[in-house]
Amino acid sequence: MPDFNKPHALTDVPMHYCPGCTHGIVHRLVAEVIDEMGIEGDTIGICPVGCSVMAYDYFNCDMIEAAHGRAPAVATGVKRANPDKFVFTYQGDGDLAAIGTAETVHAATRGENITAIFINNTTYGMTGGQMAPTTLPGQVTQTTPYGRSTDVEGFPVRVCEILSQVSGVALAERVTVTDPANVRKAKAAIRKGFEFQKNKQGFSLIEVLSTCPTNWGKSPVESLGWLKENMIPYYPLGVYKEGAIR
Amino acid sequence: MERMLMKGNEALAEAAIRAGCKCFFGYPITPQTEISAYMAKRMPKVGGVFLQAESEVAAINMVYGCASSGIRCMTSSSSPGISLKGEGVSYIAGSDLPAVIVNVMRGGPGLGGIQPSQSDYWQATRAMGHGDFQIIVYAPSSVQEMADYMGKAFNMADRFRMPALILADGLLGQMMEPVVFEDKEIKMSDASDKPWAASGHGNRRPHNIINSLYLQADELETYNVERFKRYEKVKEELPELESYLCEDAEIVVAAYGSVARLAKAAVEQARAEGIKAGLARPITLYPYPERELRAACKTAKKVLVTEMSMGQMVDDVRLALECRLPVEFFGRTGGVVPKPSEILAKVKVMKGAE
Repeated sequence: MPDFNKPHALTDVPMHYCPGCTHGIVHRLVAEVIDEMGIEGDTIGICPVGCSVMAYDYFNCDMIEAAHGRAPAVATGVKRANPDKFVFTYQGDGDLAAIGTAETVHAATRGENITAIFINNTTYGMTGGQMAPTTLPGQVTQTTPYGRSTDVEGFPVRVCEILSQVSGVALAERVTVTDPANVRKAKAAIRKGFEFQKNKQGFSLIEVLSTCPTNWGKSPVESLGWLKENMIPYYPLGVYKEGAIR
Repeated sequence: MERMLMKGNEALAEAAIRAGCKCFFGYPITPQTEISAYMAKRMPKVGGVFLQAESEVAAINMVYGCASSGIRCMTSSSSPGISLKGEGVSYIAGSDLPAVIVNVMRGGPGLGGIQPSQSDYWQATRAMGHGDFQIIVYAPSSVQEMADYMGKAFNMADRFRMPALILADGLLGQMMEPVVFEDKEIKMSDASDKPWAASGHGNRRPHNIINSLYLQADELETYNVERFKRYEKVKEELPELESYLCEDAEIVVAAYGSVARLAKAAVEQARAEGIKAGLARPITLYPYPERELRAACKTAKKVLVTEMSMGQMVDDVRLALECRLPVEFFGRTGGVVPKPSEILAKVKVMKGAE
């Protein structure tokens, strides 16, 4: 029987996320994995600037808020001092793939035993819907009012594809949470990431294609449809790299 | 007791390890790279962690993470690299975390040069990053003091839960002097004395949160006011100043760090020539030793501030003396080290102009 109770690793603080946003689902999946592995007391979560910056109020494990883009460096500091603890980061696309690119790539190259949960919703949600490194060509945002022009703004960043070439990576997998089947796959990927971490087998990143109905100007249901039609073709789901590095 | 001949940078590193610093995160930059090199060699032997980060920004954020988990840690850099650490230092201060940062200053602005300088005084004491905060700043003046104040910096950072900075310069970092270390077993720090640390709650306590975000203005104000109340305690207890031949001095030379040693030579020469000169050497730059400086200037008619900059600490001297005495300035900048003879010449001009 599926368990519909709230995972222990989530607090009772009401979440501030907009209706239809998929952060809530992903938070729950991370919390379920923490519960199932029985590691809440040994886990430290790191949430940098972005919509999920206040996730320190939502997770019941010890939490650290981090500067924009710096979560993988902060996680490195925690993990190197506490190699037997579990450390995860929870980052958005602007954070992980723009301002924090260096921290992301280098934590990965070092094969840090940490797990990065990467929310790709093609926009800067918290600041009101500006172009993200993952904004699709032609996509209208506050700072691409005529649509993202690849001549002017360049091309969207495919993080899993980049990390698939990085030796320190144990897992780079792209999932989504648009329907129950995908939610189950997403949870399995997160669990895999934490297992690699448990066995000290390298850096793991789970990219979750997510929605931002508020900044996309769409209803929650329309948003799920837009994600499937537009995001998945550009960001194909699947495992890009898997295997222990040590 | 162990007596060693060491570079200032190496003394800093050894003293940090002896103070229980478990993790060092750094990035190469002249003239402080010996700290990293020493740590890289020594840390693995004593059960500590040395990690060369991908940038100064990453290094200070590794410190932020490590300090969040309650472990003694540090980073070091030189002027341009310290600018990059500013954001991280602000987060560390805003989250009330203890950590030690070393700045072995070189000439600036911009890429500047690699020769010694004191031109980051304002940055260290006024603007290490954005927001309402201060950090403890120690200015050692010898290789021995580099070692002594490193231990103190860790202790005070822990006690007041705020970052502490060792403000040295290329001269102190690079020169070799004998240094004495107490015989003490090296014991790496753990989080056992830090109930606030985010190191895993072990199902024994509610979850800890390390954070500097407060979206309600009155809440943020409350935290800032509380922090400044703590600074009042820091100001009461920490100020240190070395006073030399000031009891009857008519001209007091104020200088810190390596320049204070050059100024001391100038003061001694002035005394030999019959001029009643003295030296006031601030050891803490924040909190500034205001009372101690006023006491050192009790009989003074004039004050000369000398620095390796265009004049930065001179502001604090004027503030401390409340403009009751004429304060003059002599400095060299860009990496040029002032000669004792130049300082003496300035003292003589001031004496003659009386």
